[in-house]
Amino acid sequence: MISVRGLAHRYGEQAALRLPDWRVAQGERWLVLGPSGCGKTTLLHVLAGLVRPSEGQVEVAGENLLKLDGARLDRWRATTVGIVLQALHLVKHLSVRDNLRLAQYLAKTPQDDARIDDTLGALGVGAKSARRPSELSQGEQQRVAIARAVVNRPKLVLADEPTANLDDASAATVVDLLADQAARHGATLVVATHDARVKGKFRERLEL
Amino acid sequence: MNLATLSASYLRARPLNTALSVILLALGVATIVLLLLVVGQAEERMHRDARGIDLVVGAKGSPMQLMLAGIYHLDAPTGNIPLASARALEKNRFIKKAMPLALGDSWKGHRIVGADKAYADHYGAQLREGRFYQKPMEAVVGAEVAVRTGAGVGSTFKGAHGLGGEGDEHEDAYTVVGVLAKSNSVIDRLVLTSIESVWEIHEEHSQGHNPPKDEAREVTVVLVQYASPLAAATLPRQINSQSELQAASPAYETARLFSIVGVGIDALRGFAAVLILAAGLSVFIALYSALEERRYELAVMRTLGASPGKLFGLLIGEAFVLSLLGVVLGLLLGHGLASILGAWLERQQHYPVTGLEWRPEELWVAGIALGVGVVAAIVPAWRAYRTDVSRTLAQG
Repeated sequence: MISVRGLAHRYGEQAALRLPDWRVAQGERWLVLGPSGCGKTTLLHVLAGLVRPSEGQVEVAGENLLKLDGARLDRWRATTVGIVLQALHLVKHLSVRDNLRLAQYLAKTPQDDARIDDTLGALGVGAKSARRPSELSQGEQQRVAIARAVVNRPKLVLADEPTANLDDASAATVVDLLADQAARHGATLVVATHDARVKGKFRERLEL
Repeated sequence: MNLATLSASYLRARPLNTALSVILLALGVATIVLLLLVVGQAEERMHRDARGIDLVVGAKGSPMQLMLAGIYHLDAPTGNIPLASARALEKNRFIKKAMPLALGDSWKGHRIVGADKAYADHYGAQLREGRFYQKPMEAVVGAEVAVRTGAGVGSTFKGAHGLGGEGDEHEDAYTVVGVLAKSNSVIDRLVLTSIESVWEIHEEHSQGHNPPKDEAREVTVVLVQYASPLAAATLPRQINSQSELQAASPAYETARLFSIVGVGIDALRGFAAVLILAAGLSVFIALYSALEERRYELAVMRTLGASPGKLFGLLIGEAFVLSLLGVVLGLLLGHGLASILGAWLERQQHYPVTGLEWRPEELWVAGIALGVGVVAAIVPAWRAYRTDVSRTLAQG
């Protein structure tokens, strides 16, 4: 599913960030652990095709990402990867339902209200579909973000510090929900975190 | 969901910024549309009313006043001329058609024009009801006069001295014998009667019941049509050389009138252009200043698979929706204002302006206004296109 070799990335003049070689099989659940600035976010962005590494090989879901050009990479990302971010991730001026519809629209998949309702329902926020993100609690917003990441049934779900702004109970729930949703869609899950509360959640861990 | 609904939902979330841009654009467009309608209709109307009339001959004074009084019935005449001079014109070999008019009175603000039937025929006015006048003190009313006064065949009315409708009433009453159908010309606003009626009324006034001889009689203006283009070179000079006569060319005088009024029109046009540019600037500022705040939102769209081109299109789409709203509102406003102005003008001086007419130039105005809005979005859209997703998200 994921295969990275000899990966290094350089931001401007800074020293190159070297990342270990890593292989992930289809359907596995991984935690990427490490302190801030160790390259967790960079690794996730490389896997999502948001950043082109300075060196190394990246293969995700059978595609060599370095060989995809801009437009094909965007298209690949829309249909293959679901991304959950730490904060401010929902589009403020769109309702919860429209945030999910946006994902379908941008992925050029049919806009399917039934699937949106199903996805929101599975995450326990089905009743909030007409609300604006600002009317939801942090925990609810994170559930909607997960719903948006999985609504297109991606093969790979990436989560970057998904629990950073949540209380203990919500943090545990969110990681469980991510795991549930990934399992439900047969997706591979990679969660990058430095949150001690969730370190024990998955067996597979990559320490940076 | 599509680009349009996505753009619209963003604009709805920022009602004040959106309203500012839309209103500025709408005001600019409305001003230009109003000018187009009013100036265009006035020009058209004036050309139509002056069609086939090459020269207005009347008493000495301002040539523009002579034209306004003789053709458009918008101003007081410069005075009267002897009937004999008018008759002499009819015999002039340069002249194909000479229509003498006797002016002086009005009824409820509508001018009573003493004229031969040839005058009505010149504008192609047809009777809708009744017959044409045959005897003195019979009158035919124009279509608008009939609508506004409710006069019909058999009504009687008394003319008031002067043209403003505020002079003393004459004693003798006119009888309406016919109503004209709408001809979309100056005739619609006039009351027509025979020249003899006008003489009769004024002679009674001044000289009792002794009808004077033809030599003492007067008319106000003579509308002249040239026999050949050659006449233009000779006839005005020939007429102006006679001590009591003056000839005014409607073509020349209307051009002069519009060149005088044109300064004001140009100033308004410039003002409207400034409004449209200000609207473009406000679109630019609204989109550009929001970019900082929207950085994250745009980056998130990229993570959902939006291409950079999509983000570019999104901002252009927002500007387009804004501009389209402004243009549509501006067109409605312009036409609405023209209608209001038309209603007001109709009460004031009877010059018709309608807002229910579209002019082809409006398409240009709409196109330019849309263009300004969209061009204003290019720089913000380019910055959205260049969003560095990874860096933005890492900072977020």
